[in-house]
Amino acid sequence: MKKELLFTLKSPCRDTFRIHGFRFGSGKKSVAIVGAMRGDEVQQQYVCARVVNALLTLEDRGAINPEHEILVIPSANHFSMNISKRFWAMDNTDVNRMFPGFSQGETTQRIAAALFKQVQGYSYGIQLASFYMSGDCVPHIRMMRTGYEDEPLGKSFGLPYTMTCQPRPYDTTLLNYNWQIWKTKAYSLYCGQTASLDEQSAQTAISAILRFMDSQGIIKSPQSPAFLSQHVPEEKLVHIKAHKAGILFLMSKPHDHVARGQILGHILDPYDGSIRWEIQSPIDGTIFHAANKPLVLENGLLFRIIPDA
Amino acid sequence: MIKTILSSELPVDEQLLIQKQSITSGTGNKRFCVVTGTHGDELEGQYVCYLLSRLLQENKDKLNGTVEIYPALNPLGIDSTTRGVPNFDLDMNRIFPGDPHGSMAESTVHGILQDLVGADLVIDIHASNIFLREVPQARISTSTVDKLLPIAEQLHLEFIWIHEAVTVLESTLAYALNERDTPVVVVEMGVGLRITQEYGERLVQGILNVMTDMGMWTGPISLPPCESILSTTGEVEFFNASESGIFIPYVDHSMEVSAGQILGEIVDPLAGTVLESIYAKEDGLVFTIRAYPVVYEGSLIARMFTKR
Repeated sequence: MKKELLFTLKSPCRDTFRIHGFRFGSGKKSVAIVGAMRGDEVQQQYVCARVVNALLTLEDRGAINPEHEILVIPSANHFSMNISKRFWAMDNTDVNRMFPGFSQGETTQRIAAALFKQVQGYSYGIQLASFYMSGDCVPHIRMMRTGYEDEPLGKSFGLPYTMTCQPRPYDTTLLNYNWQIWKTKAYSLYCGQTASLDEQSAQTAISAILRFMDSQGIIKSPQSPAFLSQHVPEEKLVHIKAHKAGILFLMSKPHDHVARGQILGHILDPYDGSIRWEIQSPIDGTIFHAANKPLVLENGLLFRIIPDA
Repeated sequence: MIKTILSSELPVDEQLLIQKQSITSGTGNKRFCVVTGTHGDELEGQYVCYLLSRLLQENKDKLNGTVEIYPALNPLGIDSTTRGVPNFDLDMNRIFPGDPHGSMAESTVHGILQDLVGADLVIDIHASNIFLREVPQARISTSTVDKLLPIAEQLHLEFIWIHEAVTVLESTLAYALNERDTPVVVVEMGVGLRITQEYGERLVQGILNVMTDMGMWTGPISLPPCESILSTTGEVEFFNASESGIFIPYVDHSMEVSAGQILGEIVDPLAGTVLESIYAKEDGLVFTIRAYPVVYEGSLIARMFTKR
């Protein structure tokens, strides 16, 4: 393994901002893995750090196959992480909405450009991602539909679901989108948590990444039996929105199978605790995503459910 | 008459209200809308809305048609010094046309769009952000220039910037409305979190000028017509910081500068040294200048227009 300093940026008053990469093996650029690009993606950074650790062990055992290079970048925005901000510490812009970047542009465009230069040209790109809406979700692999997405291969991660989604104009600046346009098979891995650590979902994500690399002949690291992934186009998800605002009391969680009419939770009056709205499932299905904040707005998204086939 | 176009419950004893002032007079059926406050840190439009609302209500006999004024498309952001929508990751002006089935922010922008569609003209007022100060200017994409340039030229603005269409900007309010045959001119002026009264007063006169041309206003206009500089008659140059430090400007925005003139310096307060001196390469107009002193490598320092 070579630990490399990939990018530096001087700060007016803080220490220098540095992006480090961990390079394993040599030869064909096989897989690049990117962790936290937002300051609250602690789980994503943790998973990446554990992947680096696992690859070190595999390297010692000679289990990284010859002619394969792996690059892991656990953190690309610790300036925000260190002060508990989600977006870039100075101007609140989102590094993950600046791709492919611009080396002569604004600061986060420069960070994105430098990062993209490092992770370009790999056969596979894996990003530990977080969603723009808060909530907990079932671990899954997400791909934008660009015409270059390889959904069947996404099943090799062995997570419960693969999901494809239609990019909107503002999605064209995401790493996943640009990776694909530049011919890297890109997969965003959602491991359920963001700002807090969850060991079980972290272990699921680590195993999924190692399983994928094993399946592609990049490493020798047999993993425990995996899920037979089900593909879900994002448009198939059924949304449950809050008819009332108030305190959210949930009785169901991601991965639960629910029946039509089943009570999934309540929205309570914040003054007297009475039930303002009973949340019922409109269909038989599996909860894919659930809100996780104690307060809910009217029309706030509470659940997204995968309908039974 | 104040109308509530959207109302949505917040968790504890409060409604999110999107409101507009609707002023109608005469027999004309044209509808002119002024919107602002999409970004909660851009306040220049507040003064324009106040002046226009008051002027029209006091002079209804000179109005022919309907003027609708939307001062706060993002009221939670404005009231909490927050650029975006609190509790939502995405920029409100990057999620149009919205989604009636999406999150609260996405369904709100959908509702706002539906309310504006069909207007004869919309002026969407922005104020840069806290980092930059801008001369009053219209921003028009090349795809809408034929329709919008004649309107922008009447708004008493110093500069009209015609820019290439960019995919990511297809999710703005202006793009969504223009796509729906509702013409929108985007105005940028001033700086975030502040009001530049002179600019607001000037834009109100420009709006009255446009309304006169539309047959909606018969009252006086207190400013003589102003000839705007068109970006297509020259080049726009960007100056980005090459060093991180504290920026000290030596010119103001809206200033004509000469080639070789110093625009400002980036200094290191700890070492007591100058890290970078920034000079104009050509004669031209500084139409954007850094307002927030702390800069990182890449931070935008200034934009200049140079005539060909």
